[in-house]
Amino acid sequence: MSTTSQSPASQLCTFYLENQMFGIDVQSVQEVIRYQQMTDIPLAPDSVCGLINLRGQIVTAIELRRRLGLPDRPEGQLPMNVVVRSDDGAVSLLVDQIGDVQESDEENFEPPPETLRGPTRQLIRGAYKMKDRLLLVLDTERVIDVTSNVD
Amino acid sequence: MTIEDDELIKDFIVESQEHLSDVESQLLTLESQQDGIDIALVNKVFRAVHSIKGAAGFLGFEVLESLAHRGEEVLNRLRNNEMRPTNLVVNTLLKATDRLKGLLDSLETSNEQDVTEHIVALERLLNPDSGPDSGPDSGIVEIPDDESIEEATLETVPERVCDSAAQRKPTESISSVIHDAAIVSAVDSTIRVDVSLLDTLMTRVGELVLARNQIMQFTGELGNTDLLRTTQRLNLITTELQEGVMKTRMQPIGNVWSKFPRLVRDLAAICGKEVRIEMEGKATELDKTIIEAIKDPLTHLVRNTVDHGIEKPEVRRSTGKPVEGCLTLRAFHEGGQVIIDISDDGAGLNLERIKTKAIEKGLISQEQVARMQEQEIAQLIFLPGFSTAEKVSNVSGRGVGMDVVKTNIEKIGGSVDLQTRPGHGTTVKIKIPLTLAIIPALIVSCAGNRFAIPQVNLLELVRLEGEQTTKSIEWIQGAPVYRLRGRLLPLVYLRNVLKTNVASETPQDVINIVILRADDRQFGLVVDRINDTEEIVVKPLSKQLKGVAVYSGTTIMGDGKVALILDVLGLAYASQVISKMRDGALVDPNGRAKDADGEPQTLIILGTGTSRRLALPISQVARLEKISKEAIEYADHQEVVQYRGKILPLIRLASFLGLESNDTSEDDLLNVVVYNENERSFGLVIDKIIDIVETSLQLNHPSAREGLLGSVVIHDRVTDLVDLPAVIRMIDCPSLSQLTSLV
Repeated sequence: MSTTSQSPASQLCTFYLENQMFGIDVQSVQEVIRYQQMTDIPLAPDSVCGLINLRGQIVTAIELRRRLGLPDRPEGQLPMNVVVRSDDGAVSLLVDQIGDVQESDEENFEPPPETLRGPTRQLIRGAYKMKDRLLLVLDTERVIDVTSNVD
Repeated sequence: MTIEDDELIKDFIVESQEHLSDVESQLLTLESQQDGIDIALVNKVFRAVHSIKGAAGFLGFEVLESLAHRGEEVLNRLRNNEMRPTNLVVNTLLKATDRLKGLLDSLETSNEQDVTEHIVALERLLNPDSGPDSGPDSGIVEIPDDESIEEATLETVPERVCDSAAQRKPTESISSVIHDAAIVSAVDSTIRVDVSLLDTLMTRVGELVLARNQIMQFTGELGNTDLLRTTQRLNLITTELQEGVMKTRMQPIGNVWSKFPRLVRDLAAICGKEVRIEMEGKATELDKTIIEAIKDPLTHLVRNTVDHGIEKPEVRRSTGKPVEGCLTLRAFHEGGQVIIDISDDGAGLNLERIKTKAIEKGLISQEQVARMQEQEIAQLIFLPGFSTAEKVSNVSGRGVGMDVVKTNIEKIGGSVDLQTRPGHGTTVKIKIPLTLAIIPALIVSCAGNRFAIPQVNLLELVRLEGEQTTKSIEWIQGAPVYRLRGRLLPLVYLRNVLKTNVASETPQDVINIVILRADDRQFGLVVDRINDTEEIVVKPLSKQLKGVAVYSGTTIMGDGKVALILDVLGLAYASQVISKMRDGALVDPNGRAKDADGEPQTLIILGTGTSRRLALPISQVARLEKISKEAIEYADHQEVVQYRGKILPLIRLASFLGLESNDTSEDDLLNVVVYNENERSFGLVIDKIIDIVETSLQLNHPSAREGLLGSVVIHDRVTDLVDLPAVIRMIDCPSLSQLTSLV
């Protein structure tokens, strides 16, 4: 199977969650900012953790750890905001740590393994085999659509 | 095609559409002026069509040009008084206008389209002898004047001489010149602006308002007088700018209404009715987005009125009404809202048919209907899937009607109310906010978060302190209520609705209640703190939060933090103040009908036990009797007495409802309330009869107990309203029905 259609990104903005490296298409990233104070949203879906005022633009923050079914971030460790553009305005993804922008290499791309189950399966486009680790590419559209396939 | 051409064509389309939309209403006005037409008005129409013709010719849209040209010729006859605006003439012109619009909509292919039908019809008007439609216009001949001379000769229209043309006064041309000058100056003082530019401006002003709010807060903290002065100035200018920009987006409601005269005229013709439309308050202004949003609901209501509301001429004549029905549209400002009334002098709603239809469609049960007030029955037409039209017509009655109207209006924060008087007509009252972008709101705090509540939903604020906090809040079967001037107000704790467990900021001895209105229902929202009122800029909820019903939007507060705007209707649903079903306003969740607010009813107040009070509507009571205990006999284990030659089964109401009974009557007489239902009589035995009162029923709490409708406050006492039909149903054992059927 040709992998070109599945890895359209030429450059990936990378970040870490629980020491796992993830990446999203750098084109969809508006900016990366440090932790901002947020307004709580009672009754919101579990992975939506607050609202940020980004220079007059109201941005919904999604806790990626929860979205991907990972354990909560340890107390005292502040997340970073990866603000991504979407049709419905900007959305911020909360991550542990920011990595470099990586050139994607088609040769090393593989679709997610069949054994990958759970919410992550739907949210990951595939993996790049880096020298020392795997870089999982997230499907941004699906990640921010928290109303679908929420566990 | 060059860019300039594109621009030209775009302008041509916009201008021509504008011209045509005016032409329609102007033609209708002309039609009503059978004798003595307004020449200035004809001139207006003529000029509009003429400029379309000119531009179309210039741009090479020949078909458009030729149609406009024929129209212009007919108008020329009209303005020369050689033709009268008869129904036929106006009809033909209107149809030609429609066709012109159609051509404009598909401009690229307009030259390939066939308009012969319209051209022939217009020519027949110009030359009545050639067709069968010769009307009263024959015998009138034309002296062509000014610019139409060349065209008329070019088209070789047969011309005859007429003496009426000679009657035109020489001054007329002068006045029309002056008129032209006035139009030119009006054009000079206005410019066409793209709506998206205005939208962007509005957004920017919204952000400016936010920045202003923030600066004001900082200035307050710093206490520098110079800065304070500048800030106040900034404040003033921002407010003025905001008002100014908002005004640019305001449009008179007449823009939507302008198409109604034509609609009504055509519909009335289809339905074989005579309908006149009257409009008041055309100049009432509304935000553009709101105008857009109410366009369809209004059109639907107008259609409905003509189709269902107004009777056929013969029916009207037989009931002594003028043959011509009247549809009135009224718009005016009231309390920061715009009110639109759509009323007719038609037959009013057929309540019986509505009842049958609603039951037939399973929207409501027989028992529920039986207990409903007339106005409540009328509201049934707002239920989804309701349509009384006997057959589906192409005018209205596809079963998607009033509920869509209601939903659409509620979506923009408005409300719909319907009043009907059989035989006298129906009035639909729509209330809508002026604008949606910037609204006044009350800021409250709860569980560490701030929330904005739109001022339109706000009724009043109540603060309870000290021992009031425990004394004034009562509990009815687990539901907290507060007595607000004698009425039971259900309380909703925002903290519980939001399911937060952050500790309250308020001391235990203070309770803040925000009294809100949602869909004609009132409830008290208990919050931690009431902060202030503020003008807030409404920003939409992101997609991730659309599913959370209790919020309607977000906003940025003075300190730069984000706050959520509470959706009062959503809150009411979430806390079950209003049931999720659309008919929640009429029927409580247990399916028992409620009495409308404010409808006075006479109740008989009964006492049972030491302090419990019960109430029955007196309309259900046949007589009050005292019956000797010795008169009680038994029939099949049922207590009965002989009463007026019949057997009257006795029901011990208190024990039946599981309430404590305390028979205080020393003499062996029983208080019996005699109740009739379907030719059957029952005697309700009660401890004492206390009073008979007339009161407005506000049923605050549906009771979970079978046989009780709910609780009301009467004479400062909580009183349970007895559901008599339910009681009868519960005891309706076969033996009893046998017993009563013998009677």
